[in-house]
Amino acid sequence: MIKAILIFNNHGKPRMIRFYQYFAEDLQQQIIRETFHLVSKRDDNVCNFLEGGRRVRLFLIGGSDYKLIYRHYATLYFVFCVDSSESELGILDLIQVFVETLDKCFENVCELDLIFHMDKVHYILQEVVMGGMVLETNMNEIVAQVEVQTRMEKSEGGLSAAPARAVSAVKNMNLPDMPRNINIGDLNIKVSSLSPF
Amino acid sequence: MSDVVEKTLTALPSLLSLDSLSGSTTLSSTSKLGNLIRGITELTSKHEEEKLIQRELTSIKEQVSSPNTSTRQMKELMVRAIYCEMLGYEASFSYIHAIKLAQQGTGLEKRVGYLAVSLFLNESHELLLLLVNTVLKDLQSTNLIEVCMALTVVSQMFPKDMIPAILPLVEEKLNHPKEIIRRKAVLALYKFYLIAPNQVQHIHNKFRKALCDKDPGVMAASLHIYFQMIQENPEGYKDLTSSFVTILKQVVGGKLPMDFNYHSVPAPWMQIQLLRILAILGRNDQSSSEIMYEVLDESLRRAEINHNITYAILYECVKCIYTIHPKSELLEKAAKCIGNFVLSLKINLKYLGLKALTYVVQQDPKLALQHQMTIIECLDHSDLLIKRETLELLFRITNAQNVSVIVEKMLEFLRVNKDDYTTIDLVGKVAELAEKYAPDNEWFIETMSTVFSVGGDKMQPDIPNSFLKLLSEGFDSVEEDRKLRLFAVDSYVSLLQGEPGKLPQRFLQVISWVLGEYSYLREELDAVLRLLANLLDMRSTSSETKSWVLMAMTKLCGGGAGVSVIREVCETYGSSLDTVLRQRAQELQHLSQDCELRARVLPRGAGLEPLEVDSSLSFLDGFVSEALAAGAAPYKPPHQRQEELAQTKALSLEPYGLSLPISMSSCSIADRQSPTLLSVSSGLSGESPDLSHKGGTTTLKLDGVKRVWGREGYLSQREPVEEPVHVEVPSPVVSPSQRGGEADRSHSQTPTPTATPQPEQEKQQLASSLFVGLASQSSVCLMGKSESTTQRFRRKARGPVSSPAASEQISNSPVSTPSTANHLLGNNFLDSNITSDLSVSSLESTSQLSRGPAAANGICEVELTESSPALPRDNAVAAAAPAPHQDPDTLKDACLRSHLPAEFSGLCPSDITPLCTNQTLDFLACHLQKEDSVSLVVFIYNSSDSDIQQILLELDSDELEVSCVCGSAVQEARSHSVAVCQYSLTVKRPSVHVEVVGMASYRCPAETPQSARFSYKLPLTSFIRPLTVSTEEYGAMWLDFSHDTKQKLTLRSDGRESLADTLDVLKKKLNLHVVEIIGTEGIVACRLLRDQPCLMHCRLHEGSLSVWLRSPVPDLPDCLMYHCQRALQEH
Repeated sequence: MIKAILIFNNHGKPRMIRFYQYFAEDLQQQIIRETFHLVSKRDDNVCNFLEGGRRVRLFLIGGSDYKLIYRHYATLYFVFCVDSSESELGILDLIQVFVETLDKCFENVCELDLIFHMDKVHYILQEVVMGGMVLETNMNEIVAQVEVQTRMEKSEGGLSAAPARAVSAVKNMNLPDMPRNINIGDLNIKVSSLSPF
Repeated sequence: MSDVVEKTLTALPSLLSLDSLSGSTTLSSTSKLGNLIRGITELTSKHEEEKLIQRELTSIKEQVSSPNTSTRQMKELMVRAIYCEMLGYEASFSYIHAIKLAQQGTGLEKRVGYLAVSLFLNESHELLLLLVNTVLKDLQSTNLIEVCMALTVVSQMFPKDMIPAILPLVEEKLNHPKEIIRRKAVLALYKFYLIAPNQVQHIHNKFRKALCDKDPGVMAASLHIYFQMIQENPEGYKDLTSSFVTILKQVVGGKLPMDFNYHSVPAPWMQIQLLRILAILGRNDQSSSEIMYEVLDESLRRAEINHNITYAILYECVKCIYTIHPKSELLEKAAKCIGNFVLSLKINLKYLGLKALTYVVQQDPKLALQHQMTIIECLDHSDLLIKRETLELLFRITNAQNVSVIVEKMLEFLRVNKDDYTTIDLVGKVAELAEKYAPDNEWFIETMSTVFSVGGDKMQPDIPNSFLKLLSEGFDSVEEDRKLRLFAVDSYVSLLQGEPGKLPQRFLQVISWVLGEYSYLREELDAVLRLLANLLDMRSTSSETKSWVLMAMTKLCGGGAGVSVIREVCETYGSSLDTVLRQRAQELQHLSQDCELRARVLPRGAGLEPLEVDSSLSFLDGFVSEALAAGAAPYKPPHQRQEELAQTKALSLEPYGLSLPISMSSCSIADRQSPTLLSVSSGLSGESPDLSHKGGTTTLKLDGVKRVWGREGYLSQREPVEEPVHVEVPSPVVSPSQRGGEADRSHSQTPTPTATPQPEQEKQQLASSLFVGLASQSSVCLMGKSESTTQRFRRKARGPVSSPAASEQISNSPVSTPSTANHLLGNNFLDSNITSDLSVSSLESTSQLSRGPAAANGICEVELTESSPALPRDNAVAAAAPAPHQDPDTLKDACLRSHLPAEFSGLCPSDITPLCTNQTLDFLACHLQKEDSVSLVVFIYNSSDSDIQQILLELDSDELEVSCVCGSAVQEARSHSVAVCQYSLTVKRPSVHVEVVGMASYRCPAETPQSARFSYKLPLTSFIRPLTVSTEEYGAMWLDFSHDTKQKLTLRSDGRESLADTLDVLKKKLNLHVVEIIGTEGIVACRLLRDQPCLMHCRLHEGSLSVWLRSPVPDLPDCLMYHCQRALQEH
């Protein structure tokens, strides 16, 4: 079972947090901090699995049979905390599926999309993982589900559509230092030059 | 004002920021969230962020509670609240509004409402109840999206008690035409199964329907449920094995729609899940395993495309193959697969390969041998996780020959590792290996020194505990012990001469103890004392360590060594504010002046002697009554005192915290006193480290796999090929060719270095030292069977007597110290009476801090020469027993009685019962109750005219420990005379009646050997002794004991009898001690022989006696209950 999914940026700022097991608010923050601390120290040439620090270990599963599986895309870390009933490599590819789906839904996803559309990211995730269990791994299916909902959104139009336009405006602007293009697998994440926070 | 600030804040970023952010300025005008985010972006400190968010939250709060806010605005506000919560700021005021939004909103607003609810609340949140109605409504909705939303929120969390309300609706959804709804319903039911398994019991066949759903997606969802259920109860689902195999076959065969392909691998996640399920089903089950072989083979074969996800499938396949009943052909392929993983350049695969190796290496150590070069490379890998996994693997293949190399590698890792958890884990492993396989003394001590300095204060306390225990108990040879101890002392002295400031406190404590105990093996005690004194002066030394140091100095101070040092120390700490240190300093001062006393209190090298304490403290009664008469306050039990202390917040008595309960509960109850009783070290001989060691994390984890994998299986087929060729040091260059045919194939991808440059050569050397002994000892050693031969530092088996003296030395202050002080006190009061007033009062001040019984323990040692209360009491017990002189054969009886060994003269034997008789020999027996055992005396009466030779008696019992009292084994019985054998019986496990079965073989002159069988039954009551405790002690013990039984016993006298009379009957018949009777309630205590107490609480009520028995020994309460019943009925 997936216990938690954390997305934070290179500075440890949470971008999307989803716990599938209840933790008190301050505990959640501690787990995020510690996970970031662990993950951020690692080079890119080490493995994507982690057995975690003491606190995460203690609170998350309470035993030794859990691990952190993470991927680092440009400015963002995607971390899945899972127990022993999940396959490491399977989850690693699930992260890839999730990010590819995000990419498809946001058309070249970047950190800004996640910030301004945190709710939408949640909806996409809901179609991938439901209550800690993998629901759907087929990207097209996920996108289709999300699109059904977006159509509902479009028909309502108005306020919620505006930020999306604004973000894409930001994204397509000519910025002084042009976003780095980082190629990871099939994914192309653009990094905007948001000042660090 | 706040308006102005807000405006400034809005303007600030655009002023400060670069042009790049001008885009988001336009954004801010349209979105408040954008505004907030931008605001945060500009902040530099956590403090500012806090202020900004608080302001934001205030504004959200205002708006959500305003009645004019539309649901659309509310939706936007919720997203902002979610954002704030994500950053760790509580927005609890918005929870209720989130629920409202989910309830009232339509479409998107509802979606936000549900999302907010699922992020904000948890299963047990009370507000969640308000959501139930909304969920109910939405589940019935015709809008599919609304149904989906409801199912999603239900699977995230739902109040357990409300499940029945929506369960029928969710079940209904299993038949929904839309696949996505069915799938979500299955997962929602899975969630229900997790939180309330009983609720969904009735729909198990619906799960089966889901498994057979025409849509593979729904089937995949149902696998989650089955995985969970099969894990819990594999036996219940064996019938599904072939179904799962069929499904997997179809998936692997590409029968699913193309939609399910991921990187042209058919439904990989489904395959993984299925393989995991199969592994559980096939474990320890040959017939189920046989169904799987084919499809597993197919999976292995098909998964050849070089993509991450195929490796995921392969890994599960390999694990499955090694878990289920073995099939050599598959194992071979799996081994090859592991090779691919280990040799992969991708670091993730390497990691998994190592994990797989660790998993299988217990069954197939050769596999590790094949990959030795890779393993060695992994040891130097930059990724700590890889390194750790490698060490884990090495830990499992450690044997006596490669231990030093492997431990060296582990220590190397420990020195650079910063993760606490890993350190604790590894330190334990090193200590375990060192203890098990240490090649020599020097290595052992040095390794342990490194363990202590690296593990520091984080490591588990049982490591230093068992180390000290090992040192104090010693091994088989005295000379060897001396050498080991001397080496320890020497190396610690040189450590202290270096930089002791850098050593962790725990290590310093260990050092102090060892130096205190064994420095006498060295010549220059002065130097040691000075070093210890230096430790005291160091600022970094904690006061706990200081008290250890002072204890050590106390042990060493005799013989005029280091007089000046000691005087100095005493001066400094004699007036220390820390009462513990002051007490230690006082002890040091007194004991250093009185050599004779010191020798008695702290005898040298007495670490081995078991600690025996009279915990009933009967000998103190006189002293106590005197003190009470003189106006002293009555004794209060420790818990009561602690409570009072906690209330008044007086002196902190922390260091004593645990010492008393331990000495109380664990001391053996005996009246005989050992002269070495006070030796500090003996406190160390505890069982507790032993136990925690066994249960600890360091033991090998031999999962269920080991059982399916008998050596007659795959391994044995290989062994003949490999064994003869292997020499002790297999070098990687040679080994590939050495391995037989099948191994060769799996090895084809191993880089076989032919040219060996310098670093390569080093690695090979390392390899040969790491994997030495693996081949020759093969699996036998790994299965832990050859341990007895290799385990050098194996602890001695402990006698039953010393075992209860458990004490946690390291974590507490040294146990014996308080008693030392009190020893002095006792000495002053009882023996000498000539001590100056001053010293008495100062000692009194310190000893008042320590607890009563401990104090008494101290004094009892002084008293030991005079007190022997055991015998008279014993006599009384025997006399109380039913009179035995009713045997018709009184004359013979009396005659036999005269043959009772002299030492039993004070005791009253039971009736002498004949065991068996034949022409020549009569066997008779009786038993006598001694304080700590029952003696069984067997009389052999030879009625023939000739002497009978070679009599051999063998006694055995299921429930009892039978030991022959030395020197009393008979060899012959002379004509017309009686030979006597004497046995000592103690209880192994309580039972209502215990029986000794015996066989006697003998030979009459000029006849063939004959034998006779007999049995001797005796009730458990023969082993029961009264336990004299006070009501307070009884109270404390009562809480500690875990096994109990309750029963109502009817009294034959119909309640006319008083409780006192009833208890008197029990007391007489069962040998109990009545502690106290209050009204209709009474408490009674007894013990099974020496150290297995049993407490009884009874209450007289309407002609029946409610008896409640409690004991730390299982079964004892039940047995006693039986005897109580019998005793009352017979009465």
